[in-house]
Amino acid sequence: MELTDFDRQLMAGEHGPAAVFAMDVLLSFAEAVRAPRLLDITRAHIDGCLYHGQVSLDFVNRLVERGGRVRVPTTLNVGAMDLLHPTLVRTTGPEREAAQKLMQAHLALGCESSFTCAPYQTRFRPHFGEQIAWGESNAIVFANSVIGARTNRYGDFIDLCCAMTGRAPAVGLHLDEGRRGQVLFRLSGFPESQANDATFVGVGYLVGERSGLRVPVIEGLPHPHSEDQLKALGAVAASTGSVALFHAVGITPEAPILQDAFGPSGIPQETFDIHPKDVEDALRRLSTVRDGTPIFAVSLGTPHFSIEEFRSLVPLVAGFRPAEDVQVYVNTNRETYAALEASEMLAQIHKAGLVVVTDTCTYVTAIIRPDKGVIMTNSGKWAHYAPANLGVDVAFGTLEECLLSAAAGRVVRTGK
Amino acid sequence: MTEIPVQCVSPGEVEAPLILSLEPLSLWGGFSATSGAVIDRGHPAFGKVLTGRILAMPSGRGSSSSSSILAEALRLGTAPAGLVLGETDPIIAVGEIVARKLYGKSLPIVVCGLDVLERLQSGYTYRICARNTGNAVLARILR
Repeated sequence: MELTDFDRQLMAGEHGPAAVFAMDVLLSFAEAVRAPRLLDITRAHIDGCLYHGQVSLDFVNRLVERGGRVRVPTTLNVGAMDLLHPTLVRTTGPEREAAQKLMQAHLALGCESSFTCAPYQTRFRPHFGEQIAWGESNAIVFANSVIGARTNRYGDFIDLCCAMTGRAPAVGLHLDEGRRGQVLFRLSGFPESQANDATFVGVGYLVGERSGLRVPVIEGLPHPHSEDQLKALGAVAASTGSVALFHAVGITPEAPILQDAFGPSGIPQETFDIHPKDVEDALRRLSTVRDGTPIFAVSLGTPHFSIEEFRSLVPLVAGFRPAEDVQVYVNTNRETYAALEASEMLAQIHKAGLVVVTDTCTYVTAIIRPDKGVIMTNSGKWAHYAPANLGVDVAFGTLEECLLSAAAGRVVRTGK
Repeated sequence: MTEIPVQCVSPGEVEAPLILSLEPLSLWGGFSATSGAVIDRGHPAFGKVLTGRILAMPSGRGSSSSSSILAEALRLGTAPAGLVLGETDPIIAVGEIVARKLYGKSLPIVVCGLDVLERLQSGYTYRICARNTGNAVLARILR
C-alpha cells in the first residue's frame, strides 16, 4: 500500500499512542478491502454507541486510556439512552450502566454529543464532494445521495479509526468510478400531484429490495416537497437492502440527466419498471396487521424528525388528543429539540400529549410500553425493523393517518 | 484428500466439522455471542451451535454491528473455529481484526468463491490451512 508521510507519522506515534492503535486497525482493514492508499476525510459519524458486549467498551477505552482525540469533527449516532430524559428508557442494571459508559467514553475522545441518526440535520452537515467517514445506514445514503458527499458504508470500530486518524481507505464510493449507477428503476404512472410521503417510502422499499449491493438510479421520481421525503426513501432502501447511494434523475446532485448517473459509457445491468400498484403492494407489506386493528402507540421520527417536519406536525395537532392508552412518540435530535424549545412549538406538542424522545430511538431501546401489541409509524425503516427488534406488530401509514389512528385508537386510513 | 485452493483473509490452521449455510447469516441479530448458537428463527441453521465448527456461507449480511458480535464471540471463546466465505466481507474482516488487536484472539477466514462453496459438504470434517496473506488450502478430511 502507498503510504504518505502523514500516514507514517501516525504509525510512528508522532500523533500519540491512540492514533497508533487506530492506524494499526485501519491499515489491516484497508488491506482486507484491497485499498491502494488512504485518503483524507474531514468529518466522521460514529455508530458505536450501542452496546454489543464488553468488546464495545474495551475498544473505545483502549483509545481513551491512550489519551486519544478525534482529528476531525465527529458526530455520534443514537445511543441506547435518552440522556436529556433518562426516565423514558426503562433499561436497568448493568446494561444501562454499560450504555451510559459507552456514550461517555466517546465524548472523552472529543466526539460531539449529537446522539442522532440524522447528523445531516445538524451544523455538522457536510457539503457536496466532501470526503467523509460516516456510519449509520440512513446517514450514509443521505450524505451520498442527497448531498453528494462521499462515504463508504462504515460501521463499528472502523468509523472511529477514521475519526482518530482523519484517513480512510480510497475505495468504493469515495471514488468517481464507484459512484456510477448500475441498476435502473423506471417509474411511470405517478402523477406529481398525488405523490405523498408514503410514495417515497414505497419506492425506497422496492429499490432496496431489488438493488442488493448495486447503485440504483431512479427515473421518473415525483419531485419531492422536502429533503425529508428523500430521507425516508433512502432510510427504507438501506433497510430492505444495502443501498448506500442512489441517484434520482433530475433531483439528486450527481444525476441532472440519466447519462450523468450511469457515466459516459455506462448502461444498466438490469432495469425494473415500477407502477403505482407496485408501490401500494410494497406499502401493504410494511404493515403486519389489518386496518381497524387497535393500536397502543405511534412512533414518528425514524430517522430523527427534522425541524421542517415539526413545522408540518404542529398545525395538525391543534386540538388533537390521542385516545386513552395511546402514546405518541416523536424521535428527534438535541439541536432540533433546542429549536423547538426556543419557539412555541414544544409547548404546542406537549399540549397535544405527544412525547418527544431525544438522543435515541424507540426501536433500539426499551421506551414504548407495554412490549406487546400494535404500533403505528410513518417510517418505512421503523416498520421494517421493529417487529424483530421489539417483537411488536406494526401498521405503516402517512403522518395524517398516524394521527387519525392515534385519536381513534385503531388503524384508520384517510379517505375511508 | 482433495485440496481446494482458496484465498486467505485471516491466517490460521484448523480442522473441524463444517456447517454449510447457503443463506447468508447476519451475526448481529442472528447469532448469540453468549451461547455460540444461531438465533435467527428464519434461518435454516437456527438452533445450531457454531462454536468449534467451521462455518461456510456466501457472505455475512446486513448490519455493521456484526463486526462487534464476531469480536465479542472471539473474546468469549464462542466463535466458530473458522470461516469459509463465498466472497470477501469487510464487516466480518473487521470483527476478526479487532479481536486480534485487542485480545490476541483470531480465527482463520478464507474466501473460496460461490461456485466452490456450493459443493462443500455439511457435517464432514474439513481442514483450513491459511498462511499469512498467501494462498490457502481447504481440504475435506477422509476417514
